[in-house]
Amino acid sequence: MTWIFLLLIVVAVVWAITAYNGLIQLKGDTLNAWKQIDVQLKRRHDLIPNLVNAVKGAMDFERETLEAVIQARNQAVKIQTDTLPTAGVKKLAAAEAQLSGALSRLNVVVERYPQLKATANIGQLQEELTSTENRVTFARQLYNDTATTYNVRQAQFPWNLIAGWARAEPVELWEISEERERAVPQVDLSKKPAV
Amino acid sequence: MSDANLFVQQRSNRRRSVLLVVGFLLFFAWIGFGGDFALGLMTADAAPGAYHHTFPWIGIAAVLVGSGLTWHGWRNGPKDVLWATGAWEVLQPSKPQEQVLVNVVEEMAIASGLPRPSIWIVPEQDPNAFATGTDERHAHIAVTEGLLTTLSREELQGVVAHEMAHIRNYDVRLMTLLAALVGVMALISDGMVRTGRHSRLRVRSSGSGKKGGLGGILLAVWLISVVLAPIVSRVLALAVSRKREFLADATAAQFTRNPAALATALRRIEDAAHATQTIHRGSAHLCIADPLGRRSSARDGRIADLLGTHPPMATRIARLKAMAYQFDQTGTLPGAV
Repeated sequence: MTWIFLLLIVVAVVWAITAYNGLIQLKGDTLNAWKQIDVQLKRRHDLIPNLVNAVKGAMDFERETLEAVIQARNQAVKIQTDTLPTAGVKKLAAAEAQLSGALSRLNVVVERYPQLKATANIGQLQEELTSTENRVTFARQLYNDTATTYNVRQAQFPWNLIAGWARAEPVELWEISEERERAVPQVDLSKKPAV
Repeated sequence: MSDANLFVQQRSNRRRSVLLVVGFLLFFAWIGFGGDFALGLMTADAAPGAYHHTFPWIGIAAVLVGSGLTWHGWRNGPKDVLWATGAWEVLQPSKPQEQVLVNVVEEMAIASGLPRPSIWIVPEQDPNAFATGTDERHAHIAVTEGLLTTLSREELQGVVAHEMAHIRNYDVRLMTLLAALVGVMALISDGMVRTGRHSRLRVRSSGSGKKGGLGGILLAVWLISVVLAPIVSRVLALAVSRKREFLADATAAQFTRNPAALATALRRIEDAAHATQTIHRGSAHLCIADPLGRRSSARDGRIADLLGTHPPMATRIARLKAMAYQFDQTGTLPGAV
């Protein structure tokens, strides 16, 4: 009788260790994905001054669009990100959504000036911009997927029994709350004409 | 996405890699010790002073050579595959197209959460792409120049995502090993058949007559297996590779959330009529589309199923379109991974 009892304890302990490590692993993955977003956002923030300088001369009369981009960028830079995204994601997401909106409006405007588009420099910058936006999107996608797995796992039975021990807390997802960003038309400038 | 399924897939690919290596070594042992056995039979009746083959040095040598080849395939397989296609590595993008490629690969590395693979361009006008490497930290993605000029940015993204999926699923290691080992096996078998032709007469006259029975049967099985080995190994390679394509398509859709772009990319690759010149038979199963110009892949049928390195393109495109439809309707992809 005693050895069955002992066996049960051993099984429980082994399971608890495995589950604990699993949760820690997921937490690490989530943190990593979160950092990846940070890296990509910083990249985007650094790119904007260059972009604005490049088009400023040729687009003197579109000052409003440029102002909006700079404004949104400065707003977004101000928001400090936490190391663990348990709160504050919404605020950052909103600021970055503003910036995304302003940038895609700028992109649409640039399209309207053929002489601006003709310079190779702008072509490169547009590719850079497209790529930067994609990077932010994909980093966000990876973060949301990882964070969802993490959130679901720590709430599920029986993992929830050791969630406290593993210091697992639900993290916030990066959701697009702005209706406006959802409504922004997707402009892919690099698209080749159909052959 | 389901991490458990991904884990199962990775583990099964690792297991297959090990099985492949073990099978390859067993084949070498069989060839070597079988040869010893045959030589032993031949020299058993020789005059007392003449040479008697008693120590199985051929078998030992064959196993050693087999191990060496496996080790070489493991270490240098990716390099050999890239070298065979004449690809060059994009270190510093100089043309806008190269910049786009580098950007797209980096974006997909972010989406998949993998380290950035090295990027190669094959000087070739036919659109095609492949991935090779030993693991996710030592991975390479190669695309042809034709792919860069034929596809739009979104389509290129789909193709690169497909290759990243092969890397993440650990397909690349298995496929590269297959490319290296299957090639070697064909070579060895050819050589054995050639030398066999010279010695067969002597075997019959001196060996099987007296020892007969079990020895003769073993000898026959040995000869047949030497002849059939390359065919069997090729069919195996094909069977292993075809299943992976559907999975990689589905994973690519998870990465880009844009299955429709991959579908049109596949259509365009398929429509490019000519064969890829620089990618040869040995590495055909690594590519996103069959590079040998055997457009039988368009037809659905038994023969195409058995001999194609890739599933019928029409089926792949149809599956991707179904995914795209579901994604448009519900905003989620089928639990494909």
